[in-house]
Amino acid sequence: MARTAVLGRLEWQLGNVAELVQETPRVASLVLDVPEWQGHLAGQHVDVRLTADDGYQAERSYSIASAPEEARLGITVERLDDGEVSPYLVGEVRKGDKIELRGPIGGYFVWRGDDDRPLLLVAGGSGVVPLMAMIRHRSAIKSPTPTRLLYSSRSQDDIIYRAELDAFSAAGDGFTVAHCLTRMQPPGWRGYARRIDRAMLEEVGWPKPQNPIMFVCGPTPMVEGVAGHLVDMGFDASSIKTERFGPTGG
Amino acid sequence: MSFISRGFRGKKRDTATSSRVPPGQYVVTDFPVLSAGPTPRVGLAEWTFVVEGEIDEPKKWTWEEFRKLPAEEVTKDIHCVTKWTKLDTVWKGVSVDTILEGVETAAEFVMAFSYGGYTTNLPLEDVSGGKAWVAYEFDGQPLHPEHGGPARLLVPHLYFWKSAKWVRGLRLINKDEPGFWESNGYNMYGDPWREQRYWGD
Repeated sequence: MARTAVLGRLEWQLGNVAELVQETPRVASLVLDVPEWQGHLAGQHVDVRLTADDGYQAERSYSIASAPEEARLGITVERLDDGEVSPYLVGEVRKGDKIELRGPIGGYFVWRGDDDRPLLLVAGGSGVVPLMAMIRHRSAIKSPTPTRLLYSSRSQDDIIYRAELDAFSAAGDGFTVAHCLTRMQPPGWRGYARRIDRAMLEEVGWPKPQNPIMFVCGPTPMVEGVAGHLVDMGFDASSIKTERFGPTGG
Repeated sequence: MSFISRGFRGKKRDTATSSRVPPGQYVVTDFPVLSAGPTPRVGLAEWTFVVEGEIDEPKKWTWEEFRKLPAEEVTKDIHCVTKWTKLDTVWKGVSVDTILEGVETAAEFVMAFSYGGYTTNLPLEDVSGGKAWVAYEFDGQPLHPEHGGPARLLVPHLYFWKSAKWVRGLRLINKDEPGFWESNGYNMYGDPWREQRYWGD
């Protein structure tokens, strides 16, 4: 309990929307100036709270997309049509609006960049967001950690951060990305064209003797499947960290 | 209230259930899954449940023995710290009162521990007096591994991370200490009605 007293409460604070980036037709990044931001670790999330003029409030959690080193705080949000908060953040919010938030939250699904175990990052859809914070962090601190991202999207148009991932990959500093497109592939597509399976994890992932650390984030069936395959492949459960994004979340 | 989100109206308020939804929560009809790592594979043949720690004689049940304990069916609202609330969930399991029957202890806290290494801490008071169960059925079906099967702790009046999945025992302890999420930023107690989500709430 002493720790609670020392750290104090995570207070609600206002972030100013400095920039909006439409990442895909359904996904946008909000880049926020948060004057009182205390810093975060790659992989953590924030709570966002919206208040209507009659006092009604709605809260949701969103992963932080920006690296700890960046001056502004970035979150990336997928618009869920029957959602309550995401259609506001992706569609209604304009530059200069203010968003109430508190964080950072979560101390387990994080990568600090201070160990040299190779990284396998496995993402489904907007599950790539906390992993992107790790990739950006890796680049910002010039970490030599060999890092592979296996990223499943529905179609090429649904790939979030595509250009930035290509640029990181082209830098030739030990980061690579393998895409799979599950529903629609453009003509001449040379990546994977099926859901992530064990064979794919064996091709893209690290051999066991390299003692990799693995972060898996996406919808529940994908996360359950991938984590199960990695256990079957002989990896220790403690080296596999998971986070979920279900259709629920609004 | 000082801040209003420009242009935010929110969904239509459901006044019939709103008194059952704690602050910051919203109602779902599906059953989202959250866990920090792979789902542990626990066979019923090797499954056991233990009570240990500050207790003269530790208690232990096999699956078969545990299933012979008197069970209860309860209907409860559950509240996950990730903001979803699910109303009227139906569980079957053994009351923790039954599990602790005849136990003499000076302990005031318990650490629930699970297959896969998960832990969570609770005051003994909050798992006794008809407030907690070790549940093995959800909605009339054996509890699915994703949701904590073979058996999970059910403490519906606290945020749902306190309802340890894949539970394999309770350790009676004299002094409160943080479990897994409590060491990773989440509240030591976790009362949804006081919105005790994180450290310092």
